[in-house]
Amino acid sequence: MDTLIHIFSGIVTLLWRVVTDQPDQKAELLQALPQAISPLVNVILSISPILMIFPGLFALTTWLERKGLGRIQNRLGPNRTGPFGLFQPVADGLKMLTKEDIIPRNADQVIHFLAPITLVIPTFLGFAVLPMGRHLVPLNMDAGLLFFFAMGASTELSIFMAGWGSRNKYSLVGAMRAISQMISYEIPLIISSVTVVMLTGSLSLVNIVAHQSGWLGGIIPRWNVLTPWGFAGFVLFLIASLAEANRSPFDIPEAESELIAGHLTEYSGFKYALFFLAEYLGLFAMAGLSTTLFLGGWNAPFEFLDFVPSYIWFFSKLVGLVLLFIWIRGTVPRLRVDQLLNFAWKFMLPMALINLVVAAIWHYTSVWVFPASLILRWLFCAALILIPYFALGKFISNAGHFAPRTYRYAE
Amino acid sequence: MLGEGILKGMTQTARNFLGSYHDPKRMTTVEFPEDKIPAMENARNFPFLVFDGTDPVQGLRCVACQICEKECPPKCIFIEKDTTKKPDYIGKLQFQPKTFDIDVSVCMSCQICVEVCPFDAIKMDTRFELSTDDRFGQLLLKKRDLAKPNEYYHQVHPTEATEVDERLAAEKAKADAKAKAAAAAPKPAAAPAKTPAEKV
Amino acid sequence: MQAIFAIIAALIVVSAIGAISFRNLVHCALSLVVTFCGVAALYLQLGAPFAGWVQVLVYVGAVAILIVFAILLTRSDENKPEPIFGNNWKAGGVIGLLLFSVMVYAITRDGLDSTPLPAKPELTVREIGVDLMTQYVIPLETMALLLTTAAIGAVIIAIRLCNPESSADSDTHAKAAGSVEATH
Repeated sequence: MDTLIHIFSGIVTLLWRVVTDQPDQKAELLQALPQAISPLVNVILSISPILMIFPGLFALTTWLERKGLGRIQNRLGPNRTGPFGLFQPVADGLKMLTKEDIIPRNADQVIHFLAPITLVIPTFLGFAVLPMGRHLVPLNMDAGLLFFFAMGASTELSIFMAGWGSRNKYSLVGAMRAISQMISYEIPLIISSVTVVMLTGSLSLVNIVAHQSGWLGGIIPRWNVLTPWGFAGFVLFLIASLAEANRSPFDIPEAESELIAGHLTEYSGFKYALFFLAEYLGLFAMAGLSTTLFLGGWNAPFEFLDFVPSYIWFFSKLVGLVLLFIWIRGTVPRLRVDQLLNFAWKFMLPMALINLVVAAIWHYTSVWVFPASLILRWLFCAALILIPYFALGKFISNAGHFAPRTYRYAE
Repeated sequence: MLGEGILKGMTQTARNFLGSYHDPKRMTTVEFPEDKIPAMENARNFPFLVFDGTDPVQGLRCVACQICEKECPPKCIFIEKDTTKKPDYIGKLQFQPKTFDIDVSVCMSCQICVEVCPFDAIKMDTRFELSTDDRFGQLLLKKRDLAKPNEYYHQVHPTEATEVDERLAAEKAKADAKAKAAAAAPKPAAAPAKTPAEKV
Repeated sequence: MQAIFAIIAALIVVSAIGAISFRNLVHCALSLVVTFCGVAALYLQLGAPFAGWVQVLVYVGAVAILIVFAILLTRSDENKPEPIFGNNWKAGGVIGLLLFSVMVYAITRDGLDSTPLPAKPELTVREIGVDLMTQYVIPLETMALLLTTAAIGAVIIAIRLCNPESSADSDTHAKAAGSVEATH
């Protein structure tokens, strides 16, 4: 009876400390539990919020996407299932669960079965190092960013497994295109995050967020996005993360009109739901990493807003980025696969390398302490980024490179 | 500048998104079945038979001439002529249909039956909400389902109906005038001398 | 600790045997991926997280993809089962046994326990970075040079492959356009 009261008060303390941004959330509860199961409960308490919040956010995002895209396209989104269509994700989930799971007879059974699993597991693992609040990181790893990118790279193999295991030439072509897209855009992704690591001096995401705390004069936050190299890195990181998540305008792998569904063609029912879930979770992980690296993570933008709990800032920045992705999806048409790869290798990679140099210049000019040095450094570094941007833009755009049109029969 | 087009596109979609909340031009969805766009006058779905007055049998304009049955391309009209005659709007005795069936699973709404009918008896209806859970029952419409009053015709196709009514009223007036002239002609003329003139 | 090491070692050995003995080549490649993950787990168990995650990032994320692409782009026959044992499996078995016995002897002989181990360094990423930039900078720069050479070589091969076609294409286009204009 005593232990039950202790456990109950431990739970209440845990919830109170999580909500009010205090450290040591689980200490009381773990002390109240018997010694044998307390490590297990510790692990479960760290993991289960991720397993509950992010799929919930996934459901919310599918609703937001359908309503948002609808309004952009001058139509209402779903509004019949529940108030404002809020139960539409439930309807979609039920539909996916009750569909028949069709496996082609010639398909490689083991690979076809394992592909969705090997996609979902690394995607969930990637969330383990994101600092979601001041004291809310599930695993504070010293090489946190490296772990995140290792998990991102593991997902490419499962796309190959999906494409190959289906024994379908469209799936195979889709899988090859998907993998080449993902490995091409991984390089600008990692190099633009290396600029942040360079200037923070640590691979640990908790340190990176702590480095971005504080305000200049109480108004201007020290986020990385407000520096010239940080802004360029942020834009490059966002574009590369759209490509990593196979999302418009880079959704050639799942182009419905061109490749049926690419590597997902032979999947139906729950396996398709798993792929869908993994794509959106990958998007959230990338958005979470962008906010951690560039937007200051859980830091508030202004000092007078510091009373708002840190996890609210993190999740609102994450949802803001997701809304930006939905906006881009509704605006831009799909890139052709050669345009996609050209863009990665001929524009984004040089810009990422130039960004790296500019970040180093920013760091080394921080010894200037004369008044208005900040503005001067900012303008200098911005010019160093913008000039190659315009030059490279002209280089890869083919405006004016088309030959004059000749009509064979019409003249 | 690279990306200029994308930014311009994004401002346009933002304008669409924000405008869809207050500007009716940017939200053109009509939530059927709560709101309906009013049908145009020339809308058409399946035919119906017009009757004048209140009695669907006595006032039916159809005289079973079977022109529509012969002209119908998919042959979806089935008419059985009734031997008893009834007076039409002028008063002349005409045949009437005993059965007038239209197979709406075959009818393709081409409106040819309407175009060829000399008596303005069959017109196109605009009702399209004909769904039912009865699989085969509502596929053959009979005369009593097809007969609708002239007031309904005015509701559905007002301009056409007024024009048809004016034309029929003019004919009726002409026929009435002719009958009055024939009745007002001198009666004491010999009966055998009259009959050739009447027959003319 | 011993139990965990035993499990990881068993996983590595089983998947490595699988990588050479499956009939389907793609199954072999995926079994090799499991071996890579097992080795990464071994690094993590030994307390070297940087090495472990780099193993996953590089081997699973890049080398495995390379192997898989090589299989995809060169194999046209998918279902032909090949025999597991090659032609000279007896000689190969003898050589393998010899190598194994040499390694067992080297690992278990006396003298290995008596040399004092150096003090365990602080295994943070910062220490690895500092070492890379001071003590091991020449190997680092040599590897960078090697990678640059490989990248430039790949670009040269690719340009040579597509340049003859593109110049021929532009020639025929110019001729066609010229003939069309000449007829007017």
